[in-house]
Amino acid sequence: MESIQIDQELNIKGEVCPYTFVKSKLALEDMESGEVLRVVVDHLPAVTNVPRSLTNEGHNVLEVAQISDTDWAITVRKA
Amino acid sequence: MPVTVYIPTPLRRYTENQARVSTEANDVASLLDDLVSRYPELKTHILDDNYEIPRYVNVYVNEEEIHSLQGKGTRLKDGDQVAVIPAMAGGAQPFSEDQIKRYSRHIILPEVGGKGQRKLLEAKVLLIGTGGLGSPAALYLAAAGVGTLGVVDFDVVDMSNLQRQVIHHVHDLGRPKVQSAAETINDINPDVKVIQHNTRVASDNILDIIADYDVILDGCDNFPTRYLVNDACVLAGKPNVYGSIFRFDGQATVFAPGKGCYRCLFPTPPPPGMVPSCQEAGVLGVLPGIIGVIQATEAVKLILNAGEPLINRLLLYDALSMEFREVKIRRDANCPICGDNPTIKELIDYEQFCGIGPATH
Repeated sequence: MESIQIDQELNIKGEVCPYTFVKSKLALEDMESGEVLRVVVDHLPAVTNVPRSLTNEGHNVLEVAQISDTDWAITVRKA
Repeated sequence: MPVTVYIPTPLRRYTENQARVSTEANDVASLLDDLVSRYPELKTHILDDNYEIPRYVNVYVNEEEIHSLQGKGTRLKDGDQVAVIPAMAGGAQPFSEDQIKRYSRHIILPEVGGKGQRKLLEAKVLLIGTGGLGSPAALYLAAAGVGTLGVVDFDVVDMSNLQRQVIHHVHDLGRPKVQSAAETINDINPDVKVIQHNTRVASDNILDIIADYDVILDGCDNFPTRYLVNDACVLAGKPNVYGSIFRFDGQATVFAPGKGCYRCLFPTPPPPGMVPSCQEAGVLGVLPGIIGVIQATEAVKLILNAGEPLINRLLLYDALSMEFREVKIRRDANCPICGDNPTIKELIDYEQFCGIGPATH
């Protein structure tokens, strides 16, 4: 897989739903359309909830990947 | 050698809220390395992936930008003052952790989001009256995070108010209503700035009072004030979120500038004594809860510019049959204040207009 240019990273390990999505959404609001945000979470429900909510808002979830025993990275391009 | 780094407010939440951080460094590069190793969350805000300073961040040593010195190689000596200044769009303060939690259910809504919540926090709503309608409206507007709430009332809290004026409590009996309301609002949400207008609105003060507000919410209880608030809102070009209650019935609508007003709907008040007041006729205690919260809903929608506002529509509510109905209302081209050729160009004597008091007092 070709590497994706990340414009901003948001580490919200320790945060739980729905604040994982709330903080991801706030970060995207401050970015430009087309820019890419990488969100790192360790709250398992967020791994499905956050991409679903971001997709519902029209953003393009590029990748959801487990990056360590505890952490997941959600990569999303702002609509 | 100790060097002091100034941290501006947007970055302070990553430095444990410290405005100044002391560090030991010989040059700017090692200073930045030291900062981000101590405050890892700061990293993405002041350095890019290659540990270079991004172009939206400037670093100053003793008030000189480092590009005019030796860049990241700029040497530092004991007592130097360093500042890390990011570009700011202006105004958009980041939400605090408490605000993110408090407003999360708003931020999640696509129609609100962080942007909408900021609009609410920056909005100013004036409540005319902190009685039956103003009480529930104020509670919900405060909870929603409307940043400035003005409250106007000249009255004090009376035992007979507590059946419906839910912002006031037993321990407020005898206190000015605006004071009691302000206290309750801040108990709900300390983000809200409450401006108390402990006065009776009148022709000689209302334009000054409403001037600073974005939305006026009319929760008054008498005809002279209705026409006064209406005319003032028309003259000042302010949206007027109207509500009224009587026995088991309520009405609500939004008079937006240029789209009609209360005089288009009711050109003249009923003769004095024909329509009894709530004081004489009674009112169901829960009724203003419905109508006041409809007014609050419309105020929030106006601020967010969301949905279809209740403009040119009069909503009628009958609590006994539990029915809502809606009738159309239109701007009257012959309206004496908002029509094509207005005859009322300044505020008048509304007691006299309503046939209540003498013309001169």
